[in-house]
Formats: sequence, C-alpha cells, structure tokens
Amino acid sequence: MRVNFTVNGRRYEADDVWEGESLLYVLRERMGLPGSKNACEQGECGSCTVRLDGVPVCSCLVAAGQVEGREVVTVEGLADFAAHRAEQHPGSGCAPGACGTALDQARRWQADPAGEEARETGELSPIQQAFIDAGAVQCGFCTPGLLVAADELLERNPEPSDADIREALSGNLCRCTGYEKILDAVRLAAARAEETV
Amino acid sequence: MDFLRPASWEEALAAKAAHPTAVPIAGGTDVMVEINFDHRRPDHLLDLNRIGELTEWEVGRENVRLGACVPYSRIMEHLRAELPGLALASHTVASPQIRNRGSVGGNLGTASPAGDAHPALLAAGAEVEAESVRGTRMIPIDAFYTGVKRNALEPDELIRAVHIKKADGPQQFSKVGTRNAMVIAVCAFGLALHPGTRTVRTGIGSAAPTPVRAKEAEEFLNAALEEGGFWDSRAIITPSVAKQFAALAAGACNPIDDVRGTASYRRHAVGIMARRTLGWTWESYRGNGRSTEGAA
Repeated sequence: MRVNFTVNGRRYEADDVWEGESLLYVLRERMGLPGSKNACEQGECGSCTVRLDGVPVCSCLVAAGQVEGREVVTVEGLADFAAHRAEQHPGSGCAPGACGTALDQARRWQADPAGEEARETGELSPIQQAFIDAGAVQCGFCTPGLLVAADELLERNPEPSDADIREALSGNLCRCTGYEKILDAVRLAAARAEETV
Repeated sequence: MDFLRPASWEEALAAKAAHPTAVPIAGGTDVMVEINFDHRRPDHLLDLNRIGELTEWEVGRENVRLGACVPYSRIMEHLRAELPGLALASHTVASPQIRNRGSVGGNLGTASPAGDAHPALLAAGAEVEAESVRGTRMIPIDAFYTGVKRNALEPDELIRAVHIKKADGPQQFSKVGTRNAMVIAVCAFGLALHPGTRTVRTGIGSAAPTPVRAKEAEEFLNAALEEGGFWDSRAIITPSVAKQFAALAAGACNPIDDVRGTASYRRHAVGIMARRTLGWTWESYRGNGRSTEGAA
C-alpha cells in the first residue's frame, strides 16, 4: 500500500506499507524519524505522541493508511512548528492546509539555499529549551512525547494551572519518575512566554 | 490484509456488505493494540476516518444523536450539559491522546465490559443506530451487549450513531482504578436521575460479563422514592433506603477475579459507588451540591 502525507511540512510518499502498520512504524523505520519513541505500542505511555492535523495522538495507534493526505508534526519538526506559530499565528496552531506563505514573507524571499530552511541546526523550541534548563531530561526516552504534549498544552492554554499541566501530561509516562522537573519545565516555558508578550 | 478507505458512509456500508469480516477502525485505540501485539490479523481493515458525518452530533428535543466517531474530548468539551454522565465518563478515559481518538462507537464495537462509556449510556438510556445496506435499525442499549466483547451487530452492520436521552436530571459516574489517568476500570458505576418519569437508572461496568443495569436496585429505589414522596419533598434519602439500594446494586454484579481486582472487592466497590453516586445526584436534585455538569 502507498501512503502520501505531510510530515513536518514536507510531503512524503511511503511505499510498500503493510496495511496493519502503525504511523509510528512508518515514521521511525521508513522515514528515518526516530524521535517518536516506540515503547508500549498500546497507547499507555505517550512516548510516541505526535500531532495529527494539530491534534496530539499516540502514533502507535494510528494505522498508516489513516494518515493519507493528512499532516503530522513530530518532535523533529517541533522547533520549526513552534517558530512558525510564533511568527505567523501567535496564540494558535497552524490549521492544516490553511497556511501558505505570508505576503511580506514571500516578498522577502530570495533564491538562497539558506532561505527558510536555514533555521540553525540545533535551534530549539521554547519548550525544548525549558526542558533542558529545568533539568527535565533524564534518560530522555519519554522526552519527545512530553515535548509534543506540553507544546500543545501551552498553545491551547498559555497560563496553565498545575492541575492543567498534570491533566495534559497524564498520558505520558516517565519511568525515571522525573515528573517534578517536567512540571517545572512546563511552568518555566509558560513563564518565559508571558515575559516576552 | 487489505486496507479499505471508503470516502462516504454509503461506500463504507457497501464495503462492509462485501467483506463482512472486515474490522472497522476509527480511533484505533482498541484495534491497533490487537494488531500491534499480533492478537488479530483481520483480512480487511475498514477505515472510518474519512467519513466526516461520523464525527458530528445533533442535539434534538429529547435525544442527542452522537456520531459513532465523535472523540471523547469533543463530548467533554461540547456535550456536558446534555450528556453529563457520558461527559464525566469520557473524562476518565485513558489520557488526552486517547480521548482525542477514541469514541463511543468504538467502545460499543469492542463491547468490552470495562468500556467507560457503557455505564453512562445504560443510565441515561440510549439506542444504537446500526446500519447496513439492508437498512437501519435501532438497538436498545439494554439489548446491545450480548457477551464478553460481543454485541448485537450483524456482520454486515456498522454503528452510525448513538441516540442518547438528554439529561432531565442530575447524572454521575464513578470509576475505581489505581490512578486517575490511564486506567482500565476495576469497576465503574453510572447513575442518572430522571425526574420527568420519576425513575432512577443505573449502569455497572467491569463487574459482569457485559455492562449491566442494576435493575432490582432501580426498582427498589423507584418504589421507595415514590412511596416516601421524595421526588416532591426533595428530602434527604433515608440512609436505610440508600443502604438497601447499594446492597442490591452490589448483588447485580457477577464479577470475576483478575489482575485488576477480586470479585468480592468489585462487588463491595460497586455498592459503595452506588450509594455515593445516589447521594451526589440527589444532593444536586435537592438544589445544593454539585451541578448536573459534574466535575470529574
């Protein structure tokens, strides 16, 4: 089976996909995007969390064929996704298919290989930076899923209460049990966003 | 394995008629687990994600017609007033990621006794709209669950929607588990007051081979409330009545011992939840305490 979909803003075509295959498998094994982690394969741990048309889901429970024509954002694209959101539509996500290039941005465009793609490698989204600064990463296995879930929380709710944070991250397990630092990181990212407004 | 991707409901019904063993997949939160773990290898997967009308709902005068694939997160967000019991139950489903994908149609299709939506549907009163190329039929929720992970659907039928009675009084849902999130119910209990008909309806989850109503408990309570004039006086329910209701609810269980809990624990817990949910709903009926919209 062939599946066409968009991952982190790029069109992908996956061939010879087995019909029972999960989106997670396609991402990791066919597209070379191993950021989304494969742990429980039953939606219990949240380490494979991605955005599917903007909605956080466990990619291990999405059949590959179900993403035909849809948009996926993984942790690999989180920095670009967050930067684009901050530049183009502050306060909300990018509606799938609704977002083209802004007029002024198009005018500024130059035929330069270092155009929009040239976000410096290693540049992080605010939530990723907050995780590092708060020491919220231990073994790192749960981190990608937590980043995607936390980023979506702050997009929806820029000033979350502790209860909101716990609720939003309740589907992401950390077996290093570093939850306190993770909560700190989300609070830190929220506080920093507030300062810059 | 074949992956069928109908673009419309008619196409889906035709595909199901042509391949009656095809497994419908919507949120995938049950089906994909079975495939990932090699517990199931269906010949055909029938993807319902492209059929937009399945994720829509209509609020009518007496019922909400809830599309089979409306995710739990939408129910929590939009249908708290009309379906408070189901909204509370939705809130206890797994995690945000799962609630964004899982749906009542899936819960019914799987028909696990532990499905979180069932007690709320039983308590509120509901009918399942099943459709095939042969036509549409309405299956009363009481007749829908036929065994462990078995339901009344014919092989060529798909669930189009669930028609759930709009709340005419307070509703509650209670669930026992080791934490708030990511828990398969050890047991669960739903209760709805229906002041319009002066009846109380219940639903028990995870404490019998199928989700069931505690019918004897309901009948006892209906008679006791009527006899004592409670619906009019809105007086506090006599503790002995509540106690007997709880005992009868526990008696309606037919649980097993398993990794999540023992049969006797389940029976005990269902009794406790029956008494508590009755207390909570009755307090709101009396005009104090929690609102019908609840707070999970």
